[in-house]
Amino acid sequence: MKMIPVSTRINGDEREFLCAPDETLLDVLRDRLGLTGSKEGCGTGDCGACSVMLNGRLVCSCLVLAAESEGAEVETIEGMAEGQVLHPLQRVFIEKAALQCGICTPGILVAAKALLEKNPDPSETEIRYWLAGNLCRCTGYDKIIRAVQEAAAEIRRLQP
Amino acid sequence: MTFQSGAKRDFQVVGKRLVRPDGIDKVTGKALYGADFSAPGMLFGRVLRSPHPHARIVSIDVSAAESLEGVKAIVTGWDLAEPEDEAIRDIRDNCLARDKVLYDGHAVAAVAATSKSIAKEAIRLIKVEYEILPHVTDVDVAFRPDAPAVQEGRSDETVPEESSPNITRRFEFGHGNLEDCFAKADKIVERSFKTAATHQGYIEPHACLASLGSDGRGELWCCTQGQYLVRTVCSEILGLEASQLRVTASEIGGGFGGKTTVFIEPVALALSGKAGRPVKLVMSREEVFRASGPTCSSSIDVKIGMTKDGRITAGEAVLRYSGGAFPCETVQFGSQAAFAAYDLDAVKTHGFNVMTNRPKEVAYRAPGAPMAVYAVESVVDELCQEFDLDPLEVRLKNAARKGTLSAYGPTFNEIGLMATLEAAKAHPHYSAPLGPNQGRGLSCGFWFNFGGNTCVSLNINSDGTVGVVEGNPDIGGSRASISMMAAEELGVPYEKVRTVIADTNTLGYNDTTDGSRVTFAVGLATIEAARDAIKEMCGRVAKLWGIDEEAVIWENGCAKPASSNAGDFEPMSLADIAAIADNTGGPIAGHYEVNADGAGVSFGVHLCDVEVDRETGSTQILRYTVFQDAGKAVHPDYVEGQMQGGAVQGIGWALNEEYIYGEDGKLQNAGFLDYRVPVASDLPQIDTVILEIPNPGHPYGVRGVGETSIVPPLAAISNAVCRATGVRMTELPLSPARLQKALQEA
Amino acid sequence: MKYVRPDSYEAASALLGEETGIARILSGGTDVLVQMRSEVVEPSLIIDLKHLDGMREIVTEDGGFRIGAAVSGAQLAEHEALCAAWPGVVEAAGLIGSSQIQSRASLAGNLCNGSPAADSVPAMVAAGAVARVFGAEGFRDVPVAEIPAGPGKTNLKKGEFLISIYLPARPERAGDAYLRFIPRTEMDIAVCSAGINLVTGEDGTCTEARVALGAVAPTVILVEDAASALIGSKLDDGALKGLAAAVEAACRPIGDKRGTVEFRTKTAGVLARRAAEIAYQRAGAKR
Repeated sequence: MKMIPVSTRINGDEREFLCAPDETLLDVLRDRLGLTGSKEGCGTGDCGACSVMLNGRLVCSCLVLAAESEGAEVETIEGMAEGQVLHPLQRVFIEKAALQCGICTPGILVAAKALLEKNPDPSETEIRYWLAGNLCRCTGYDKIIRAVQEAAAEIRRLQP
Repeated sequence: MTFQSGAKRDFQVVGKRLVRPDGIDKVTGKALYGADFSAPGMLFGRVLRSPHPHARIVSIDVSAAESLEGVKAIVTGWDLAEPEDEAIRDIRDNCLARDKVLYDGHAVAAVAATSKSIAKEAIRLIKVEYEILPHVTDVDVAFRPDAPAVQEGRSDETVPEESSPNITRRFEFGHGNLEDCFAKADKIVERSFKTAATHQGYIEPHACLASLGSDGRGELWCCTQGQYLVRTVCSEILGLEASQLRVTASEIGGGFGGKTTVFIEPVALALSGKAGRPVKLVMSREEVFRASGPTCSSSIDVKIGMTKDGRITAGEAVLRYSGGAFPCETVQFGSQAAFAAYDLDAVKTHGFNVMTNRPKEVAYRAPGAPMAVYAVESVVDELCQEFDLDPLEVRLKNAARKGTLSAYGPTFNEIGLMATLEAAKAHPHYSAPLGPNQGRGLSCGFWFNFGGNTCVSLNINSDGTVGVVEGNPDIGGSRASISMMAAEELGVPYEKVRTVIADTNTLGYNDTTDGSRVTFAVGLATIEAARDAIKEMCGRVAKLWGIDEEAVIWENGCAKPASSNAGDFEPMSLADIAAIADNTGGPIAGHYEVNADGAGVSFGVHLCDVEVDRETGSTQILRYTVFQDAGKAVHPDYVEGQMQGGAVQGIGWALNEEYIYGEDGKLQNAGFLDYRVPVASDLPQIDTVILEIPNPGHPYGVRGVGETSIVPPLAAISNAVCRATGVRMTELPLSPARLQKALQEA
Repeated sequence: MKYVRPDSYEAASALLGEETGIARILSGGTDVLVQMRSEVVEPSLIIDLKHLDGMREIVTEDGGFRIGAAVSGAQLAEHEALCAAWPGVVEAAGLIGSSQIQSRASLAGNLCNGSPAADSVPAMVAAGAVARVFGAEGFRDVPVAEIPAGPGKTNLKKGEFLISIYLPARPERAGDAYLRFIPRTEMDIAVCSAGINLVTGEDGTCTEARVALGAVAPTVILVEDAASALIGSKLDDGALKGLAAAVEAACRPIGDKRGTVEFRTKTAGVLARRAAEIAYQRAGAKR
């Protein structure tokens, strides 16, 4: 298989890589670029653990061919905090015990951030439906939903 | 030195909602899970799996695969060693089949190659000739004497003659005279129930990175609930010495019991040994469903007698569980747990394990208990309806309590069932109004809780900080709770303690993270290790002060004179003592090794409101409240998290989750699309009420909390559906098609 | 496998026409990549067309909407005029997968994947949507209902692919709705589904109706008898019963892991009735 050269911007940094035509963006993030924060729970778009932002849209990186990301802006969990400063969602998730094993957490944080950027004041139902593609098997979702609500309120307070 | 005990103690750290130490790593993507490791020169492994549910392997031809460029090693079951222990031989044969494949997805061979795509191609070049054998996947069919034999000669002496060859073992528990006590009942209800096999559904597939040298030294990184168990099993399966195989547990992306055995680890080690290079092996989600352990499917008959005022006179159950293609003892837990919530004069359970052509069962949260309790709690509910009695009052009337001779043998000590029932009764949820097509159900739940082999080392660092070394993977916040107990006992701030999880060569043996044992047993060992260190510190101070050791006490993180009689000395803090340890005898550490008992059983009660769409058979959970005894909640957030997570897994089991096999014996739904775990939008908030009835077996009163919460939802939901619709369902899951059909027929 | 990003429709059609192995068009990729991952389909050629002119745009045309083949579900939901005119189609597309899938999944991809359970297809068929197909001989317009040929199969010829879907202009007092049954609330494939599109007169009498069903036959089906049951009525109980009966009579589903024959048949009738009531309300008529 002939390798394809790809230039992207990942978490603000220019990244160039070679990939096989059948490699997914998730494969490249994890295996070629060392960004293992995006997780593979299913490989078929059913669990959301590989969620990233692609040109400002929330996607499962397991359902994107790496070659498609030519010229794209990609944001992963590794780019969510600004240096040492956690995003409010990240901080509240820790404070409110919204994670147990933590494997779904990167995907859920990326997805929740995408929601709050689109809708700063979502209802509980809106949060639950938005996150329906992010499976969590530990928490029963309760503390996750509450943490998203609390982080949303905090972000609204900071950005009136 | 004496130490204050019991949950009445005035806790400084324990009971607070503190920030977990691994939080930042886990919210920033830095935490390393099973598939996140790599090594220089690493190869990629892949497993070839059987497409047949039952077949004899006539031959395996690997020549074409071997000659593919980039293929560095191929292994089959015959490359593995011959362990003495039969249970470990079963694990070996499950990791790579030898003579027969026993289920759809059973591993047959594996390759290691320089890329994933070459490994995939190589797998297709392996030619396996199979002789197809008749298969059986249903527990009741497999129970019949004329059923196809999954394996021959696996029945032990407990199994009656002339039984099905698939019955491997029979268990019996109970006491009292059934006949006399059933005769006292005003009504006896007998019902048969069936529950589907479910999967733990952890989001992280099994993954490992193995490196095995020709000198027999190995390194294994993997996601597991027990690195020591992995070491024991892998070293036997590979013929290695345990000391030469170092196993390091990665962060673990969920287990729920499913990561208490091995599937790919011995295969990766064998491939690495052959190739002379590290091998990474990661299961796909499809492989997880087809070939890692689901729970048992079950078929249960229950008979219960009740007087018209709600006293249960006797109970009996026959439980047939299928643990897949190998002998399995999970039905023992089910037979013990079935009637555990009740104080009965006469009770008997008979449990049978039945082999079927399904994957080898692995523990799933309170293994064996949910289906047994579902069957019993359904019949109790039916009797309550029969006599028009309040189901909570009937539970209160019959509840097991301190002094009850339990249905499975022991006499209960301090237990929290009455307290949880009273709490449920007093809760606004129990009296909230219901609308049309809505119903409220409840169920009790129970888990034994485990203790077990545990080692902890606790190091006092020269800067006054504390390092705890323990041997159980942190699956849901245990680093926090262990650090909290160390801080509590030593009297230092929580932030001064760091707990790490040891590899198998760094600390003595620890049992697996299972049975809700960690907060109890590792907590106990941590407290004792802290006390060991305190003794040492008090001894050092006594020498400095020139007084007797007994004259020094430990209070609020400081060594002090026991009384003014002991002398007038300034208290010395842990940091003060640590700073001069070089001059008082060298480094200070405490340690503790124990095979802990006294885990203290845990009871819970769940209340559930549902609404049923009578036209489609769809059930919506409207409201859900969990009441559970935690002994002492060390970190209430994570106790609630266990209660909520278990409840939701139980909701999935009740409503939608099931292994679906076709007539061809193949698994039809090996993915998250059709194996339907609950998603966020399926659920309401899960409210929790923590009860604290101290466990006398733990210095702080702690009981395990992880398992009990998955037990009640099955019956709570089924009972709620019955009260919403008038239809008693006796098969799980309560899928819309099943419920719609039952409603039409009603 | 090759991955190609041709720079024109003509080049794409030529590549498709020449390919001797399995070729797949990437519009959103949410089916193609799943099939590749599951090793169900192993294409030798992937043609990425998302960057071509018009593929990611929604434009108004003759009062209706031309939706590029790679327009995502999320884009549809963000288009206010489209949501106002065809809420049923937009909701149907919105039911495909998760928020993540919505960023990528397209109407055209959902249609060309050929699943009888595709959520957007009954809604599009009920809407009378028309697909614009490009091939060796240039453009042709084909009713959406004529694209599916059976599970996993379409009536597209070699070298052909979809470039857009057209939803016609709406008359006064028109409404559409789509409902599906799934065991959970999200993340499932429809067990059965119904799309209804209707127009009413000033007095609330239904004057036109189209009823399409999903997952109850090898392709999405348009049920004329069901439409007849509504036309001329004010969706009274009798008409709705007639609708459900006609729907049940038209169902010839398979029984599989997702649902039994009986369940699909019965539930399709229930959904059609409920969808009809929503569509009727949207048309501005009250019972």
